[in-house]
Amino acid sequence: MPYSELLVRPMREELSSAGVKELRTPDEVDAFMNEKSGTAMLVVNSVCGCAAGMARPGVRLALDGDRRPDRVASVFAGQDLEATARARSYIPDIPPSSPSVAFFKDGELVYFLPRHRIEGRDAHSVARDLTQVFAEHCAVPAA
Amino acid sequence: MGTFHQNKGELHGITVIVDTTGPEIVVGRCDDMDERGIFLHEADVHRDGEGGRSKEEYVRRVSQLGFWKKHDHLMIPREKIVSVRRLGEV
Repeated sequence: MPYSELLVRPMREELSSAGVKELRTPDEVDAFMNEKSGTAMLVVNSVCGCAAGMARPGVRLALDGDRRPDRVASVFAGQDLEATARARSYIPDIPPSSPSVAFFKDGELVYFLPRHRIEGRDAHSVARDLTQVFAEHCAVPAA
Repeated sequence: MGTFHQNKGELHGITVIVDTTGPEIVVGRCDDMDERGIFLHEADVHRDGEGGRSKEEYVRRVSQLGFWKKHDHLMIPREKIVSVRRLGEV
């Protein structure tokens, strides 16, 4: 059962204020996922404080770096149920996990950070993992 | 910001691998652990050799991308527990 929107709104804004586009409907997910060119990161947001409390600041820190994906979006597990289900349908071989982060290059999944790789870590170590992925796959920004 | 449950043990909310005295090895999100045993949410149970995979092969596999839950809730009695490890540290 979804939590109160009052509780969840700051968790949405923690990502959206960092430029993460929030996908609330299946159509919005389709539009994001059907753009295949370049790099894209999809964050599965979650209420759970045990892991999501570190995932969101980790994502924010990583996005502060020199390299970042061309497009970044999120769905909110447990809240926006249809959008989350549609997002998961694009990675059918990956067990559902929230919070989690999926990274795509030219439409192909090249990296997945599941919940159990976030739990018990701090935001900086989560960001370090993502920054390594950005360094490997994202273009150097034009000077 | 998130929801926290400070009356629970240190493994609360953490995905753990529970090896048992039997052929089963269990992975799930720990709710709590006390003198009765460990209480898991969204758990999967693997039997040694199932699908051609040993317990350790199963652990290596789920440590990469995760696992598909077979049980919403599961309790493993303390006397059956051999070890409890964080999946993220495997």
